[in-house]
Amino acid sequence: MSLSLALQKRFENFRLDVDFRIEGKRVGIFGRSGSGKSTLVHLLAGLLEPDGGAIRFGDRILYDYGRRLCLPPDQRRVGVVFQHSHLFPHLSVEGNLLYGFRRIPKIRRRIDPADLCRVLDIAHLLPRSVHHLSGGERQRVALGRTVLADPQLLLMDEPLTGLDEKLKYQIIPYLNQVLTEYDIPLLYVSHSMNEMRLLVEEVLVLDGGRLVDRTTPDNLARQRMKDCPMGYLNFLRLEDPQPRDQLWSYRWGSQRLMLNQEPAAGDNLFTLTARDILLFRRHPESISARNLLRCTVREVFDLGPRVGVELDCGGRQLITQMMPPAVTELDISPGNDLYAAIRADAFRRLY
Amino acid sequence: MFDLTATDYQAVALSVRVALTATLLSLPGGFLAGALLSFGRFRGRALLEGLLNLPLVLPPVVVGYLLLLLLGSNGLLGGLLAKTGLRIVFTWWAAVAASLVVGFPLLVRAVRIGLEEIDPRLLQAARTLGASRRDTLISIVLPLSGRALLAGAGLMFARSLGEFGATIVLAGNIPGLTQTIPLAIFDYINTPGGEGRAMTLCLLSVALSLAALLGNEALLGKWAKRSRS
Repeated sequence: MSLSLALQKRFENFRLDVDFRIEGKRVGIFGRSGSGKSTLVHLLAGLLEPDGGAIRFGDRILYDYGRRLCLPPDQRRVGVVFQHSHLFPHLSVEGNLLYGFRRIPKIRRRIDPADLCRVLDIAHLLPRSVHHLSGGERQRVALGRTVLADPQLLLMDEPLTGLDEKLKYQIIPYLNQVLTEYDIPLLYVSHSMNEMRLLVEEVLVLDGGRLVDRTTPDNLARQRMKDCPMGYLNFLRLEDPQPRDQLWSYRWGSQRLMLNQEPAAGDNLFTLTARDILLFRRHPESISARNLLRCTVREVFDLGPRVGVELDCGGRQLITQMMPPAVTELDISPGNDLYAAIRADAFRRLY
Repeated sequence: MFDLTATDYQAVALSVRVALTATLLSLPGGFLAGALLSFGRFRGRALLEGLLNLPLVLPPVVVGYLLLLLLGSNGLLGGLLAKTGLRIVFTWWAAVAASLVVGFPLLVRAVRIGLEEIDPRLLQAARTLGASRRDTLISIVLPLSGRALLAGAGLMFARSLGEFGATIVLAGNIPGLTQTIPLAIFDYINTPGGEGRAMTLCLLSVALSLAALLGNEALLGKWAKRSRS
């Protein structure tokens, strides 16, 4: 996508003033509540009129104060998935899904509703009333409804906030698949670092109605790991599960990891906190932790009272943290080889 | 007890017919006016609201007189209608017109209260899905305002049954033609020895209005249950 916007909007005790250009396919807007994220979504979708500025998406002008141009929401082709799905209560699931689809001229319809229902796994819900859906199902239907309207840009405003932890991450593979299959640019608004890391390539950080940073999700996670009690979360996508010694062995890059977690159908994505990784200078002959990985130090970075260490484990990245005296004692510096020990029960399944 | 004469029966039938016609005719306008006042942001909104509510506070006789000036054969609208051979004043349509104007503010008020319960974010969602303002009004607001329209229609119907002041000025009190229940009661009261008949019609009037209100409540309750399930 190519989205450039310069917008000002003043409220009684808040002022949004942003000016940026986005080129990536998947971009996140990150910030605390009250930072202006939702206002930005409403301005982009045309649900709120700015006080001044311009919005240009590709070669289309959506808003231009100077030219007195402000396209109404129904002509912007900007789809929005809201935090509370806002399904129409008088329509069935099918009626909701086809609401936008029926408003596209027949000749322009390019997404097959049956196909999308299969991707989102909602075909069995079609005749149901929307009052009989779980939170996760509601959001999948809302996503389907928006995608079927064939937007040129998909805005998602905290779509997973409010869902319970387990459901939350189950939606992400669906979303990933939809975005890839139908090639829709995504602007994802959230205050959740994990969602950013799983979904977007670039993050714009808003604070107090202004753009304060733009970076990659991984950099953002590293910057913020010192404020987070859990430290940095490593994401590990594991493959080829096989039962072994009452545990499960998964392939991770060129090596195998032992976990006490059974495999799920489809993807197996696990998290591992930085503090669950122990480092050894030399090979410990025997150890209770079931995983001992040979790795090389790639980078050492400052985390205030602690030190962050980026490791290369057979081509895969792991980030861990430690106290400064340990860094000296283990002689941790880029290029040095180490052993990382991880317990089999330290992994948490994300989806 | 209900010993009714032929003209009494005609009065009852006419009352119901007038109330029903006035209510049905005013529903589309009532919905539009309610929607305009609930969602519209335009200049003169307060003035429009004031004008719509005026019949609620004006003496019905004044409303009747103003309608007479408008619809009479020398009136602005009445003159035009007369050219096409239509006459409203002193026909049952005059009773309909009087009920329509007097009951309309009640309908709009009930519709508005109902419409304001609709989550505006549903309308925003519809707009981002490609629906224009008018489309949103028809595809989202209208289906979701069934209960509001029913409540408004019930109130308007009951109000029309009791309409007197504007009707007597505009439609006259012609037995069998424009005489509704309240007008018939008025006649009986002014006739020596008519008290008994007046009381009979009074009781019938109470029964009819109560039935209309209770029936409306029951329908509303059923509707609420349906939209919850």
